[in-house]
Amino acid sequence: MKDIKEITAYLRAYDGPEIKLMEVCGTHTAAIFKNGIRSLISPKIRLISGPGCPVCVTPTAFIDKILEYAHMENHIVCSFGDMLKVPGTNGSISSLKGEGIHVMMMYSPFDVIDAATENPDKTYVVAAVGFETTAPTYALALEEAESRGLKNIRLVTALKTIIPALEWICESEESINGFICPGHVSTIIGSEVYKDLALKYKKPFVVAGFEAEHLLTVIYDIVRQIEAGGSRVDNLYTNAVRDTGNAKAQAIIDKFFTPGPAMWRGLGIIPGSGLYLRPEYAKYEGGSAGLNADMELPASCRCGEVIVGRINPNECPMFGTGCKPESPYGPCMVSAEGACGIWYRNR
Amino acid sequence: MCVAIPGRVLSINGTRAQVDFKGNVVSVNIGIVDPKVDDYVLVHAGCAIEVMNKARADELIQLFEELDELDDIKEIG
Ligand code: SF4
Repeated sequence: MKDIKEITAYLRAYDGPEIKLMEVCGTHTAAIFKNGIRSLISPKIRLISGPGCPVCVTPTAFIDKILEYAHMENHIVCSFGDMLKVPGTNGSISSLKGEGIHVMMMYSPFDVIDAATENPDKTYVVAAVGFETTAPTYALALEEAESRGLKNIRLVTALKTIIPALEWICESEESINGFICPGHVSTIIGSEVYKDLALKYKKPFVVAGFEAEHLLTVIYDIVRQIEAGGSRVDNLYTNAVRDTGNAKAQAIIDKFFTPGPAMWRGLGIIPGSGLYLRPEYAKYEGGSAGLNADMELPASCRCGEVIVGRINPNECPMFGTGCKPESPYGPCMVSAEGACGIWYRNR
Repeated sequence: MCVAIPGRVLSINGTRAQVDFKGNVVSVNIGIVDPKVDDYVLVHAGCAIEVMNKARADELIQLFEELDELDDIKEIG
């Protein structure tokens, strides 16, 4: 492998046809900003943000369902912090806090298991949002709930898997030349799973870590592949990602969950892209199916285009004027890993 | 939301491990990994998702410090 100086010099000097690369994962979007990667490479290499923020692609109906539980007596809704500010039809979880709703912010699904053990007369409803990185943590928590015989846990799931979404993007956004694959999703699913997509759409897919050098190396790898007409899958995050992923994690996901159609805000319903509790575990089901309805976003909000990388956030007329993290219009501005929020904080 | 942070395993008791994140010791589920004491594990939402090699773990720790992600280890751990 070349050293990083040569790699950076090459990427800066690149003057071929415009190349559009999608970083699928919100953590990559943040790392690209913090490291000033855009300023280190040629403007002819465009980095665009993908749908890799689970909060941003969660439809309004999910939030409304969660809020319904939060108003119910003896029910406590448990959510990661990211989700709290996302607007539902009648406000966000945070904005309704003063109205006596019951919410517990969780750091780990295991917090819920402990709380549910201590308070058997209350029902704990988990807002189970996430990609493959997070899915095994819910499964592990349910396994613990099983072994403790807990009856007071429910999951409302908005769990999503990345491969069907990438397939959707490959089908509908031909202009993307290569993909920077998510690091920690790939820790679970491995790097080999991208091979079918690489083969079918003849584009490189490269798994990346989060350090500046590694991001640059991944971009270099993809650019060189594109120049040579290549469409390989490379794993450049070998320390955390095995080619076949984490088999135990895959097994426990499969034990508790089964794929089904899921609604992605901005993309629509993608078959097989959601994870739902298996019928054997129906006792934990909080009503996750069919939560597809999405609030109409203000006409000027272009979240849908941001999510698929058709435009950058600063091309939205609301960006930084009508829409800011304190007063978000669209979900992409709310979440810590939403593209608009990241662009706003780094503008 | 898929951030994962490396920490060092101090002790193991069944499916739980005490993991040190730069002095912050947190109890972590290790049901889907097989770490040994002193190994580095990559932790997401209270669960270890992979065992890492130390050299890379240190790099990552430094990176996430730069990203201000370590402010409150609990928030992401
Ligand atoms: S800046 Fe705001 S209104 Fe515009 S796309 Fe982003 S979230 Fe939507």
